[in-house]
Amino acid sequence: MSTETQAVEVEVKEREPLFSKKNRKLISNPLDADNPITVQVLGVCSALAVTVKLIPTLYMCISVLFVMIFSNVAISLLRNVIPGRIRIIVQLLVVASLVAVVDQVLQAFAYDVSKQLSVFVGLIITNCIIMGRLEAFALANKPGPAFLDGLGNGLGYAVILIPVAFFRELFGSGSLFGFNVLGENYPGNGVMMSPVGACIVLGLLIWFQRSRNGYTEEA
Amino acid sequence: MKFLRNTLDKIKPNFEKDGKLHFLHSTFDALETFMFVPNHTTKGGAHIRDGIDLKRTMFTVIIALVPALLFGMWNVGELHFTAQNIDSFIIDNLIYGAMKVVPIIVVSYLVGLGIEFAFCQVNGHPVNEGFLVSGMLIPLIVPADIPLWMVAVATAFAVIIGKEVFGGTGMNILNPALTARVFLYIAYPVEMAGDIWVSGIKDGLVDASSGATYLGDLGVGKAVTVDTYNAFMGFMPGSIGETSTLMCLIGAAILIVSGIGSWRIMLATVIGALGMGLILNAIGGNPYYDLPAYQHLIIGGFAFGAVFMATDPVSAAHTQRGKWIYGILIGVLTVLIRVFNPAYPEGIMFAILFMNVMAPLVDNYVVKANIKRRLNRVKA
Repeated sequence: MSTETQAVEVEVKEREPLFSKKNRKLISNPLDADNPITVQVLGVCSALAVTVKLIPTLYMCISVLFVMIFSNVAISLLRNVIPGRIRIIVQLLVVASLVAVVDQVLQAFAYDVSKQLSVFVGLIITNCIIMGRLEAFALANKPGPAFLDGLGNGLGYAVILIPVAFFRELFGSGSLFGFNVLGENYPGNGVMMSPVGACIVLGLLIWFQRSRNGYTEEA
Repeated sequence: MKFLRNTLDKIKPNFEKDGKLHFLHSTFDALETFMFVPNHTTKGGAHIRDGIDLKRTMFTVIIALVPALLFGMWNVGELHFTAQNIDSFIIDNLIYGAMKVVPIIVVSYLVGLGIEFAFCQVNGHPVNEGFLVSGMLIPLIVPADIPLWMVAVATAFAVIIGKEVFGGTGMNILNPALTARVFLYIAYPVEMAGDIWVSGIKDGLVDASSGATYLGDLGVGKAVTVDTYNAFMGFMPGSIGETSTLMCLIGAAILIVSGIGSWRIMLATVIGALGMGLILNAIGGNPYYDLPAYQHLIIGGFAFGAVFMATDPVSAAHTQRGKWIYGILIGVLTVLIRVFNPAYPEGIMFAILFMNVMAPLVDNYVVKANIKRRLNRVKA
């Protein structure tokens, strides 16, 4: 898979530079103005579920980033041979195989985290961000831009999840990356430990983001 | 009074446009209209304005809360001293209670009003004391021994997340005081549930076994004989202001006579709870099912919630028929949550918040049904 990607990147470079202005937007847009979670409101389910602690969140973000990039590239490569009527099934197959790889790797090398993330690694298959990008971008674009789009959206996911996990771990259990920072006597906060806390922190992040960049939902 | 008016008039120019303290305009305006009914008149068209405005409305609710507050203070002291087998007079109880309760009230008001004023200053809105009532309700629905910083955190949460993000007073979908309590209940379960209801337990001054409430015992499946007289009068452990059904009834009378609280909601809530209680009595089987229906009304926070929380004019249903539906469902849900969910021995808090969320939907269908009925009349 990876050799294929590289080969394609070289090809693209000859015609249009991979990091042309247009292509750089593919990475920067999902980080802010077109963020998959706070603007498109996709993939919120896992954002609420896995953000209790920072470490599992980091693993989750890396997993999603990996699946996002490679499924985007793979579908982009296959885009001319996938029959339109069964494209969702093909997309699911690709994503599911990648998720299986991620799951096995996590179980082999990070067993504890894998147990904490439990079903949510498997549920990456149904993550709307991934399906959404495959449908909206990979099916209509060359592998190079598809790679960048996958990277951008994967990072856009991480850029929201990590702050959410930061605040939830800090206020929920008084620690960061498992190290106690608020002292032994900090009583914890049950709201932050439950998905409700993630929902509230996410809402506050959206508030912050929109008051900064002036984005409003069109009526 | 004259002197106050003159002083206000004298310093007023400072806060008007171009005045040097203009940025504090909202704050000044709030204080002025709090002390004197504003001198606004309607421009253009014929309008009828009620002489009583939002601030006067809020203040009536505060007056209605005073009996519950005073009794609550007394009860905190009484429980504390009785648990230690110390004879105490009314005044001892009140002093001990005040020492516990007044700091909570002060913290609640400081934090809540501070945030509210800050938001109004930044947004350039006039301050309307929507928090006046919430700030008094929050202390009345927490245990006396709650750490003050928790009150501060919960109040901040309720004002910001429960109210300001929706656009401030009048725009909130949830009752802010109950939002604060539900936050405390879920965030700090150790301080908000279990044998904590008698002041002094945490410091070991008082035997822990004396602190359970009827609802707490029922929640763990113990059979309970409710002493109806004591429960009605409020001589039992519980949150500061909610133990006494009698004091809530006095408050209810004030609210109903002044036309500020909706008697429909109060009555509907009682009917709902009684009805559901009777159905469960008929089924029977465990201590909670068998709890006589009328006793649901006098134990826990039911009376307080039905009188002061469910009737919140902002978050309740607005149509007359909607109020009946809203109230009855609160009553039914309260009893259902109490009886069927041992994890949450008290149901009124969740029932009211749930119906707060549902209230616009109820109103929507009531209005639609009315439109349909009248259309049919036109056709016929």
